[in-house]
Amino acid sequence: MTEVITKFTRTVPHWQPRVKPVDLKDASADQLAALQVTPSNTKISEYVLTLAHDVESLQVRSPLFNAIMYDRGGMSRAERELGALAASMVNHCIYCAAVHAARHADLEKSTDVTDKLFRDGAQAELDPRDRAIFDFAVALSETPSQAGPQHMAALISAGLDEAEILDLILSSALFGWANRLMHVLGEPVRPPKTVG
Amino acid sequence: MNTTALKSAGLGNAPGDAVEGRAKIFKMTQAAEEAVLRPQDYGRWSHELRAAFAARIALQYDERALSDQYAASAGAFASLAEPSQDGADDGLETVVAFMDKVATDTRNVTAADIAGLQAAGISDADIVRLCELNAFLAYQLRVIAGLRLMKDGYA
Repeated sequence: MTEVITKFTRTVPHWQPRVKPVDLKDASADQLAALQVTPSNTKISEYVLTLAHDVESLQVRSPLFNAIMYDRGGMSRAERELGALAASMVNHCIYCAAVHAARHADLEKSTDVTDKLFRDGAQAELDPRDRAIFDFAVALSETPSQAGPQHMAALISAGLDEAEILDLILSSALFGWANRLMHVLGEPVRPPKTVG
Repeated sequence: MNTTALKSAGLGNAPGDAVEGRAKIFKMTQAAEEAVLRPQDYGRWSHELRAAFAARIALQYDERALSDQYAASAGAFASLAEPSQDGADDGLETVVAFMDKVATDTRNVTAADIAGLQAAGISDADIVRLCELNAFLAYQLRVIAGLRLMKDGYA
């Protein structure tokens, strides 16, 4: 039996799909092209193989995701990860939260912020800049968005410039998207322990 | 830039330096809207039905003008834009309930919700298509809400 993980963790779980991923041997030419399958690249995650059921979306989603999280300039990568983590905590997407908490800790070379958030929840004690970033991303991630002028004013007074604020909007909104795929189409599990 | 997100946020004409600096992202966002609303391989969900779901979700996010814009392409499904409609008239109650839960109560979606769609005869590919439509809109509607606040914050 596999164990479904229900608590936030920085240890990235295995993602187990609830639908059957595309089987590479049955994949269409369009699916193979979107998956960038080549003789030397046949290792594709079950998540991406699941998304390959909707190949037109997959084709546009991957470059958009990378541009929002990794393009140069604007907000630091670690702070974009904090926006992603806030959304994932609102939507209780354990898998996304694990991946992006781990990346935040890696980029910051510190587990301090993510330890506090996982231990104390959204009210964890953060420095003023992280506080403004996290609160805005949480409010924007509610449905409908609960972000208001007071959240924007807090970002500006914490010293974020307009380019950084735009990147925060994009990275936290992006996880409104990612969470609705990861948390809906599959679940985070701990693989069964090998006995003996 | 002529994109749904920028126009809806009131930034279609003079988006400003920050948005111009991320022009590629806004163009890709528009391409993603095309891919979920008007895909060539639309599976079980016609372009009209997709527009109706988009209109419904936009209303759940309090975006009335954008909802009306989507509903104009929803043809016979336009009434589904109203959250009070449960989809029973079109035999879509299971699908509509699923879309509502994914849009507004994501954290409580469970394996049983996917199993319910499968039991109703929805293929796995069509389940992924529903999720991509819903998930993209969750992104775009938040970008719009955020941009509007940013515009006012720097006014």
